[in-house]
Amino acid sequence: MNQLQVLLFASYAEAFGASTVTVAVPESATVADVVGALRRLPGGHILPAVPLVAVDRRYTPGLVAVHSGQEIALIPPVAGG
Amino acid sequence: MIRTSISEAAIDAAALLAEVTTDATGATALFLGTVRELNDGRAVTGIEYSAYTTMATEELQRIAEEAALRFDGLRIAVEHRVGTLALRDISVAIAVAHARRAPVLETSRFIIEALKQRVPIWKRERYTDGDLRWVDPTTQAVDTATP
Repeated sequence: MNQLQVLLFASYAEAFGASTVTVAVPESATVADVVGALRRLPGGHILPAVPLVAVDRRYTPGLVAVHSGQEIALIPPVAGG
Repeated sequence: MIRTSISEAAIDAAALLAEVTTDATGATALFLGTVRELNDGRAVTGIEYSAYTTMATEELQRIAEEAALRFDGLRIAVEHRVGTLALRDISVAIAVAHARRAPVLETSRFIIEALKQRVPIWKRERYTDGDLRWVDPTTQAVDTATP
């Protein structure tokens, strides 16, 4: 298993009560697997069906594999402007 | 020329205009987003903007670079503010200059629309009754007047 740190912001940080959480996922885990693990944590119920995820500061689709050492972030609906 | 930034500093719109305007530019557009008093019918007293700053900085720069590919000779300066803003404060400024008006107007629109869809910035509104709420455009009625 890989321990991956995930950055949280804004409403998600509030829901999870933290600005970073750690999830345990298999070595071959994808972005979608990380989201699945996050959903099982307290606060995870607020996540939409397909939340935005950034890997190394770029939006990344669910099927892409993730590795330890990458910067993984869960992105709430953006509201700039 | 492209310059973008995410900053807590107050935005100086005149400075952005001066930055993009040269002897060769014949058209300049300045878009400003400002904090307004009503959202979804509730009276707002201020907005707290926060960002995933490293990614927001990179994504804003990518948007400006994509915009610059559409016309030769564009000059673009974009600033987005974070922190606590009051009514009428400028939250975002987009200055675009070019020899001609069409590229300037199209680019300004392109940048603000892409920014609102892609740049990881969030706002929490503070209402007159003291309530605070994260703004979620995916659950709000479409409001084309929102900057």
